[in-house]
Amino acid sequence: MSKDDQILEEFTSKEYEHGWSVDFEADEAPLGISEDIVRFISSKKEEPEWLLEWRLKAYRRWVEMDEPKWANVTYPKIDYQAIKYYSAPKQSKKAKSLEEVDPELLKTFERLGISLQEQKRLTGVAVDAVIDSVSVATTFKETLSELGIVFCSFSEAVQEHPELIKKYLGSVVPAADNYFAALNSAVFSDGSFCYIPKGVRCPMELSTYFRINAANTGQFERTLIVAEPGSYVSYLEGCTAPMRDENQLHAAVVEIYAAEKAEVKYSTVQNWYPGDKNGKGGIYNFVTKRGICAGDHSKISWTQVETGSAVTWKYPSCILKGDHSVGEFYSVAVTNNYQQADTGTKMIHIGKNTRSRIVSKGISAGKSQNSYRGQVNIMKRAENARNFSQCDSLLMGDKCGAHTFPYIDVENNSAQVEHEATTSKIGEDQIFYCQQRGIDEESAVALIVNGFAKEVMNKLPMEFAVEAQKLLALTLEGSVG
Amino acid sequence: MLKIENLQASIEDKEILKGINLEVKPGEVHAIMGPNGSGKSTLASVLAGREEYEVTGGSVSYMGKDLLEFAPEERAREGIFLAFQYPVEIPGVSTTNFLKTAVNQVRESKGLKPLDAVSFLKEMKEKMKLVDIDQALLSRALNEGFSGGEKKRNEIFQMAMLEPKLSILDETDSGLDIDALKIVADGVNKLKSKDNATIVVTHYQRLLDYIVPDFVHVLYKGKIVKSGDKNLALELEEKGYDWIKDEEGVEA
Repeated sequence: MSKDDQILEEFTSKEYEHGWSVDFEADEAPLGISEDIVRFISSKKEEPEWLLEWRLKAYRRWVEMDEPKWANVTYPKIDYQAIKYYSAPKQSKKAKSLEEVDPELLKTFERLGISLQEQKRLTGVAVDAVIDSVSVATTFKETLSELGIVFCSFSEAVQEHPELIKKYLGSVVPAADNYFAALNSAVFSDGSFCYIPKGVRCPMELSTYFRINAANTGQFERTLIVAEPGSYVSYLEGCTAPMRDENQLHAAVVEIYAAEKAEVKYSTVQNWYPGDKNGKGGIYNFVTKRGICAGDHSKISWTQVETGSAVTWKYPSCILKGDHSVGEFYSVAVTNNYQQADTGTKMIHIGKNTRSRIVSKGISAGKSQNSYRGQVNIMKRAENARNFSQCDSLLMGDKCGAHTFPYIDVENNSAQVEHEATTSKIGEDQIFYCQQRGIDEESAVALIVNGFAKEVMNKLPMEFAVEAQKLLALTLEGSVG
Repeated sequence: MLKIENLQASIEDKEILKGINLEVKPGEVHAIMGPNGSGKSTLASVLAGREEYEVTGGSVSYMGKDLLEFAPEERAREGIFLAFQYPVEIPGVSTTNFLKTAVNQVRESKGLKPLDAVSFLKEMKEKMKLVDIDQALLSRALNEGFSGGEKKRNEIFQMAMLEPKLSILDETDSGLDIDALKIVADGVNKLKSKDNATIVVTHYQRLLDYIVPDFVHVLYKGKIVKSGDKNLALELEEKGYDWIKDEEGVEA
């Protein structure tokens, strides 16, 4: 075994940090999916009739659809009847304030480093905490509402702002958009809703923290962000799950609507349980994220740091409909052991002078497979559209794979589309050079990897950049030694 | 400070060092010269702890300890510095950031607190003057797109920051024009003290015009075949390595 391989071997043996689970009493649906389950969820949520109908329509479409097979990932067939579609920690009633939230739940988030209390007092971040199927707490609500900003759980929004939900739900990702989006539309249980009124610049980061706790449970949350003309919001989501031997399904939908001159920055730090060293267990992360730059001069920017999940299938996209609108996608995807990631973006240029920028950094270690899949469409009427794509892959060891699948479709001759791709390997030389200056191997790898991912990490909100850097190092810890 | 006895080392079963003996005391400058392929760089790599070289015999004692027992980063923390013949590029990591990590890990190993940003910057400013290096270069990704001269100057700057006890300069003169050579040598000379030692590994004599050695050793086919003072370097320059080869040939 060469030195490189040994280094990588050891660096891959780090255990997942958030692998514990907590026993709280849960209110659950029976296993399996059917129209009755859809009705059960809807009635649990005391939803209006139109929403139930919307769900049922999605369900009926889903039943007729096939699971997508085109992604560069393999996993055993999912038994959709062996999943629980609803699990909620039992609380006597929905908490009106943090003081009323079950202390056990608060402790759970504290262990994750998301102290809801502390967040509330110390940092400029408002958090919506979601366990399994429901939101348990949202902080900073009052402060935000003074500005007319709505930031609450999705269920709450259905009750309190039905007109907004009715208008925007499914407007960016239609109920039957794809297999997993249709499944989500039928059984989604909670998520976050955020509405920024005209001309308001949201003064703090809005954040949702997702946690899967219960066994055999899927998490199907939905996030909807609406930014009215001239508004701005920066949003962050984070996620973890316990270590379990069986795979768990996470099929989320995120929709973003940006009106004229609105700007939405959406950042994800994804740290779902990736499975153990031998590829057992882990989350299937099948997520549909899409934003529409509906108004002129609007901008949507996706930043993702993907370190977890056994299988990732995720393509945060932008529909650039408004003239002069801008779409951005910055991604770092790290895979280790037997993880598989097929991730990338779609940039659909419809309006004139639209611009998009894609920067994707894939890091593969262990026996993992890491694919970038991107699509750039320049439509007929998109005069002077511009796209720049850059896909860099970093390989650690010789048992992993990096793949790039760029699709470019141009229907307007005035377009400028650029694509750059590189592949490199962490070399023994680089590690030795660091060591010779007194830096140990693990820090050397962390340094090299963070250097490689720097352009994307710089896009993260300050509060999370440091965390994300540590996470990168942690994910790869043990893969060098 | 450093005592090498009968050191033998090989790479992929090919024996390169065939019994090296060398003693270096504080304050001394040793030059190791020799034709290509004589094992000069191997010696430098073995001392720094590069693992693809296997030590097959002999011993190396450094500050009274068995050097070969230590991992490369431990050797560095104990004050051994290797200026690389081919400095490695690390994209996205600035020299400043790199050095901060290095300096603080070295400090940590000695039970010292990490340097805060202000003290670190102050330290950098002082050392920058010493080796005449530009701040802009230090903000760029380490060695990426650097010219040959910039890379070597950056090595000496790192040396200044890490304040080693024993510096090994591996062909630091290769690829440098005379002006760059002078700057690099000047930096090395400024860092010299009665407490630290330098081993200069070089093919040509010209670097030794600027870094004047106390001892010159000629390495040939994995052995030190001749030792002397700086005049030996001049003799080599004049007669070329064939002279050594012939002499060795006769002896063998």
